[in-house]
Parts: sequence; C-alpha cells; structure tokens
Amino acid sequence: METTRKLIRKQSLEKLYAHLSGSRKIYAPVTAANKQVDYKYNPPYAEVASDHIRSTLSVKNIVFPKVENLFLFTNNRTESTITDIELFKIPEVVLWGAHPCDTAAFDVLRSIFCWDTKDEFFSQRVEKLTVIGFACHKSDDYCFCTSTGLSPDSSKGSDILLSRLQNGDYVADIITEKGNAILDSCPGLFEAAPDEKPVITEVKVKFSHEQVTAKLANAFEHPFWIENSLRCIGCGACAYVCPTCACFDIQDETKGKNGKRYRSWDSCGFGLFTLHTSGHNPRQVQSQRWRQRIMHKFSYMPDRNESLGCVGCGRCSSGCPVDMNISEQLEALQNI
Amino acid sequence: MTNLINRAKELLENGTVKVVIGYEAGPTGLARPAFITDPAKAGKLIYDDRCVQNLAVYLTKAEVKNLGKMAIVSTLPVMRSIMMLISEHQVMGDNIVVLGISTEKELLDIADIGVMKGYIEKCDLRNPEKDRETLAMLNALTPAERFAWWQKEMEKCIKCYACRQACPMCYCIRCTVEVNQPQWIPVQANPHGSTEWHILRAMHLAGRCISCGECGRACPVGIPCHLLTMQLADQVNNYFHVHAGTSDNMTSVLSTYEPNDKESFII
Repeated sequence: METTRKLIRKQSLEKLYAHLSGSRKIYAPVTAANKQVDYKYNPPYAEVASDHIRSTLSVKNIVFPKVENLFLFTNNRTESTITDIELFKIPEVVLWGAHPCDTAAFDVLRSIFCWDTKDEFFSQRVEKLTVIGFACHKSDDYCFCTSTGLSPDSSKGSDILLSRLQNGDYVADIITEKGNAILDSCPGLFEAAPDEKPVITEVKVKFSHEQVTAKLANAFEHPFWIENSLRCIGCGACAYVCPTCACFDIQDETKGKNGKRYRSWDSCGFGLFTLHTSGHNPRQVQSQRWRQRIMHKFSYMPDRNESLGCVGCGRCSSGCPVDMNISEQLEALQNI
Repeated sequence: MTNLINRAKELLENGTVKVVIGYEAGPTGLARPAFITDPAKAGKLIYDDRCVQNLAVYLTKAEVKNLGKMAIVSTLPVMRSIMMLISEHQVMGDNIVVLGISTEKELLDIADIGVMKGYIEKCDLRNPEKDRETLAMLNALTPAERFAWWQKEMEKCIKCYACRQACPMCYCIRCTVEVNQPQWIPVQANPHGSTEWHILRAMHLAGRCISCGECGRACPVGIPCHLLTMQLADQVNNYFHVHAGTSDNMTSVLSTYEPNDKESFII
C-alpha cells in the first residue's frame, strides 16, 4: 500500500500507547537502574524509553523467544502421547519503539525460518505482531546500518514508523495494512502532517557490503581470520544479542513421565556447536568459528537467502567483552 | 609504559618469547588484548586504567599456544591466575615470561615463579572494595530476600556463557553443561536453568576463584555473577585460611582433606 504521513503530537502518543494496550500486549523498551535498556511487556508509559541508542538485547525474542516449547509429551512405557502447542493462543502483540535496524531484522529472520519449510512458531508470532518503529535521532560509533543497505529512518519491518520532530511531536508514516488498522481505530489521535523534516541522526557509511561479499568469496583460507580472532574468547554474547542470529538447540526435558521438547538460542561461536557424534569437529578452533560468523552473514546468506544477515545495529560489538568490533573487521575485509 | 614496550621488544628480538600478550587501544578507544609477535609492533602496547581484562584466559587457548613461548602483561589477578593454572597443570611456569605490572602501573622485575610468589604474598588478596560492599549488603539480607535478589538477576541470563569463557579457570574443553547424558542442569535459560548454572559455576570455582571479577565484567546483560564466586572465595578463606593463586602448588581445598579442617559447615 502507499505510505501516508500523519502528525501525532507528543501528548497523543501517550494516548495511542494507552489505546493499544487496551486491546493487546505491548512490548516496549525500559531503562533499568544500571542504565541498560531492556524490552518488557506492558510497562507503564512513563517508564518507556525513547532516547536510547540500542537496547541490550535485540527484539528478536518477540518472534524467536530464547526458549520456545515445541510440544509436550507423556511417556507411559507402553504408550506415549504428544500434545501440540496451541499456536492460536499466541497473543496479539504491539512492538513499540524498536529502531529501524531491529525492525528490518524480522525480514532477515523470515528468510531463515521460512526458507523452505515455513516455521509455524515464528510465522504465527510474526502474524500476531504489529510494529511501531521509531526512527533514530541518536547514534554512536557502533552503529553501521547505512553500511548494510538500511538507514536510521528506514521503514522496513515497521507497520507505523514514527520520526521525532524538533518540538517533540512525531510524524507517523503508515506503512502497512496493520498500521492503517491502527490509524482507523483512533483517527482522532492523528492530524495532518506538517511539511517539516524530522530529526534523523547521521550514520557514516563504513564499508560497502557488496564489496565485502565479493571479497569473502575467495577469503576462506586468508590469514585474516586467525590474526583477527586471537582475542575472541568463544562466548555466545554476540550471537545472543544479535537481532538476526537464528541458530537454536533442541532439547528434551522430562520430569517423571511428563516432558517437553523445546528449542533455545545457540551460537556458532561455541566449540561444541559443530561437534559430530563421531568425535570429529570441523570447526576446531576459534578462528574457524569467527570466520563462520562473518561468512554466514555476509557471504552465505546473500548467496542462499538473498538477504544480508546483518542490519548494522552494532550490538555484537558493544556487547563483546573483548572488543571484537565487527564493522572494523568488515572495513578491513573489504580491502584484503 | 616505555619500560614495558622496551622489555617486550627485547624479549621478542632476542627470541626469548614468540608472542607478547598485552593490551592495545582499539579504534573506539577501548583497550583490547593484543598479541604481539613482531618486535617492531611492540610500541602498540599500552597499560592504563582501561586495561581491565584478565589476560590469563589466553594462556590455555589453542591458537595462542600455537604461536610459541609467551610473555604476558600481568597485573595481580593475572599472576594469581597463572599460579592456579600451574597448580592445576594447565601451563608450565617455565614456558611463561611474566611482565608484572604493579598497582602503581610500574613494570615489575619478575624473574621467575618464586619472585612472583613473593610479590603476590605482599599484596592485598581480598575481594575488591566495591564488591566487598555489595557482598556485605547481600549478606545482611535474609536468605529469602537474597534468593529473590538473585532470581531477579537470573531472569536476565541468556546462557551465552560469557562468564565461563572469560574466566581463566574455566578451561575445560567440555563443560558440564555440554554433557547431556545425563543432563545435569536444564539447558534452557529460564530462572531455574540459569540459577542452576550459576550455582554450578560458582561451586566449581570455590577455592579456585582469584577474585578478578572478569565473569561479571564480561556479562552482556549485566548480571553481577562475580559476586557468587567472590562470596565463595571469602568463605574458603574463612574456613581454610587459603587465598587462591598464591603459590604454584595449590591444593584444591574442596577435594583435599586435612585433619584440622573445620567441619562446622556439615550439619
């Protein structure tokens, strides 16, 4: 549909929040005592953060929870029963305040979860999700969305994108039918848009992702990987804070006769991630795992999923305990 | 700093070591680990307040060991980690050159493990002051209040295992949490699974934790998990009068019986 632009005043924004929370759950960012920003369900509007650069974790939890039950089972020796998860019970959720990098990540996740077989859990959660994105008026050195084909005011993945004006009001771009439905449900909160340009931060382009992808095609054996990953300690922080990392582990957990099968986040940075039952491990050392991380996002995914596996949010770098700065490495890779 | 750079350069030039593990400044201004193999690049080394990571974690890392004999920039926590790693037969003292750094940021002359032992003995081995204060606050709570405080923290855990990976003492190739026959603790990062993980980690480090605080620093979601191991470090010291990492021949307090051990904790 064609995008329409409206104005929503500062005081109307709170009313919109109240209006939406009347009919569904709202997932919104809140600043914790330690200054970290975390997304919570249904926080009071007064606590909702709007000035942060990035939340600690991405918002992928909303469509790809850190733990998702796949089915329940009982095992009675002679007879076993399996109970499916009632997907229709997944509630309607409004994601409020996500930045364009995070909202664009839903498409990347879709390219993985619905690559061939459609993942029902993911799809159902996406279907029940309405996204009110907030364009960025602030950024820092870790941001590199403009190097991944996005921008601080990209509407990709948003149903409504709000961009702040100088006086604190917002322009609202109504992007999708879901966004339109919200507009129709409370037309009194929206006004005709002014001609004024919103305040949008500037994010410097650090590298050309096309060039990186081209270079990676022949870089598998390059000494770059060992030199630049000696300090990587092999934790999963980068993958777990990443909005597009989608690897998961599947486990059964039982208590007596009852049990459940669930999936939970996993990371290719872990030493045992690729360990075969034979004992062979094709990625024995950290440099091979670090290479896999970059290759997957910037070479294999553009090739197979027709989607870059990175949205330039910078979380993997800001959250890394040993300063493995990914944009710095990609800048270097485009020139190897 | 000049002394450190000169010493690193000299060690690389005369072939005493193949790599110097230290700190350099990254492009965002943060200090990060550096692995200097070329004497001409020794000038990149820095040492200032930004250099907080416990570098001893790299002493057991395969690709770093592959570089050859190492020199390592060592503050007190790194020195204590080295003592533990030697005691636990993970590294050979003769294979490491310690570039000791005093609390005044001066290069120390640590000729061998004996000299390092002497230096460590003269240092304040208690937990850092800030952490002692938080622990005192937590210890003043009732067990129920304390459990509630930790449950709130555990809710944040995503099981990325940054706490484990950042710890020089967590060098197991296959951690207990990666064993699934039997499954010792739940894999999922729910409050139950995460609490069990952090208790297990703390217990495995009792008597081995040298109070560097690296696990808490590494946590991307800000769980102060270092307080768990530091609390146990305190208790071990109370019961057994031992500070971890004070000699290259430490016995593991929790797996060693001494006839005069207090047994007051056994109910």
